[in-house]
Amino acid sequence: MDAALMGSPSAAAAGDAPTSGEHRMGTTIVGVCYDGGVVLAADSRTSTGMYVANRASDKITQLTDNVYVCRSGSAADTQVISDYVRYFLHQHTIQLGQPATVKVAANLIRLLAYQNKNMLQAGMIVGGWDKYEGGQIFSVPLGGTILRQPFAIGGSGSSYLYGLLDHEWKEGMSQEEAEKFVVKVVSLAMARDGASGGVVRTVTINSDGVSRKFYPGDKLPLWHEELEPQNSLLDILAAGNTDPMVQ
Amino acid sequence: MDLPQKGGFSFDYCRRNGMLMEKGLKMPGFRKTGTTIVGLVFQDGVVLGADTRATEGPIVADKNCEKIHYMAPNIFCCGAGTAADTEAVTDMVSSQLQLHRYATGRESRVVTALTLLKSHLFSYQGHVSAALVLGGVDVTGPHLHTVYPHGSTDTLPFATMGSGSLAAMSVFESKYKEGLTREEGIQLVSDAIRAGIFNDLGSGSNVDVCVITKGTTEYLRNHQLPNPRTYTSSKGYSFTKGQTEVLSTKITQLKPKVEVAEGDAMEE
Repeated sequence: MDAALMGSPSAAAAGDAPTSGEHRMGTTIVGVCYDGGVVLAADSRTSTGMYVANRASDKITQLTDNVYVCRSGSAADTQVISDYVRYFLHQHTIQLGQPATVKVAANLIRLLAYQNKNMLQAGMIVGGWDKYEGGQIFSVPLGGTILRQPFAIGGSGSSYLYGLLDHEWKEGMSQEEAEKFVVKVVSLAMARDGASGGVVRTVTINSDGVSRKFYPGDKLPLWHEELEPQNSLLDILAAGNTDPMVQ
Repeated sequence: MDLPQKGGFSFDYCRRNGMLMEKGLKMPGFRKTGTTIVGLVFQDGVVLGADTRATEGPIVADKNCEKIHYMAPNIFCCGAGTAADTEAVTDMVSSQLQLHRYATGRESRVVTALTLLKSHLFSYQGHVSAALVLGGVDVTGPHLHTVYPHGSTDTLPFATMGSGSLAAMSVFESKYKEGLTREEGIQLVSDAIRAGIFNDLGSGSNVDVCVITKGTTEYLRNHQLPNPRTYTSSKGYSFTKGQTEVLSTKITQLKPKVEVAEGDAMEE
């Protein structure tokens, strides 16, 4: 998620403090269907203008036991939308006496995103599993339309990924394959998109339930011209080496 | 009038700049509001910290103000942004929490305060400029959150806000670790605030600290005083009479003299 709207002139350039301005999530989010479920993945950077306000944020939010959503755009807007939808789905689950479907969750998000489109800056990817249609991914982009897709990408980092997914995505991946695939995809976008970064978080949803995984920044694959992680000079100093420039 | 050249200030540039500004030059401005506020989670609770400078444009309006606001006995909140807004929004939510405690008979939770704050701020679409660090200990344990003026919130083990947040965050990023003791926590928070006080123009004066643990809250007002007044005379100041030479005297009667044309002057 980007703290500042992607592509907008930065507040820092205007001479304001780098921390001023709306909280935006310059983001990379991904949702992929695999054989038996879905995997959602996201980076963890939230920024305000040129400042990283949170380097470990969780952009994959729980809506119900079996439905999660990836958020991109304004942090405030997407938090409010997910809070409302979680509340509506809770009510709906009680009235129905059974878990809400992914379709209902995605449709509620679409409803809020569409009806308030002139006030919101929110792009979301809904993913989940239900007994009727299995694992499903719905993308709800800026205008408030809804798209059911076998895979979906979103956020500022997604522009670097369209070609890659068109080329590499294949139907009927295994869970391990899919998880490895989304980590690769998000880390590639993080390497090229300045507004995405930090760690990779994934959520896997299938008939067995939900599992969350976390890939720290120094455990991610290295791409073109990236360097091996190095300890900070401060750590070397703290370890008692008097000359930090001599390893 | 010719004055002897004895040094001192020259105000020539003021007139020049005034003329340039009239012709449309935009002068670089000071930051609107300046503050350093921080918080961290330690072994068994939360430590909050704040500087004590309040500014009005480039003027230091208050050298020892309180930026750590009371929300509930177990919850406190540091405020940055417009002082009136942080004060108003924390007071409002704190009274809502008090009423909620009367109704339920239970201790307030930090998430309750967080939700009340964010829903108010979101509904004002960022026009209520309150940037907050909310911390407290409730039945579910210690919690620390940041709240932005647009209503977005984060949950973090350590957080900084305000114009001094960059200086303070550099201290946290290099020294914070999990499971700090109470003393280590207070020391780290003080170091972070001092980084703001010394490196950020918008922050200054003293260090306020608030330590919240399960069942007890300690508000350490002016925990550190890194900027004491060094120029006060212990004897006070006194000036001998006639120190300032009187060059001329002119007395203007403010109340016009009333002449009584008829009747007794004592009658009214």
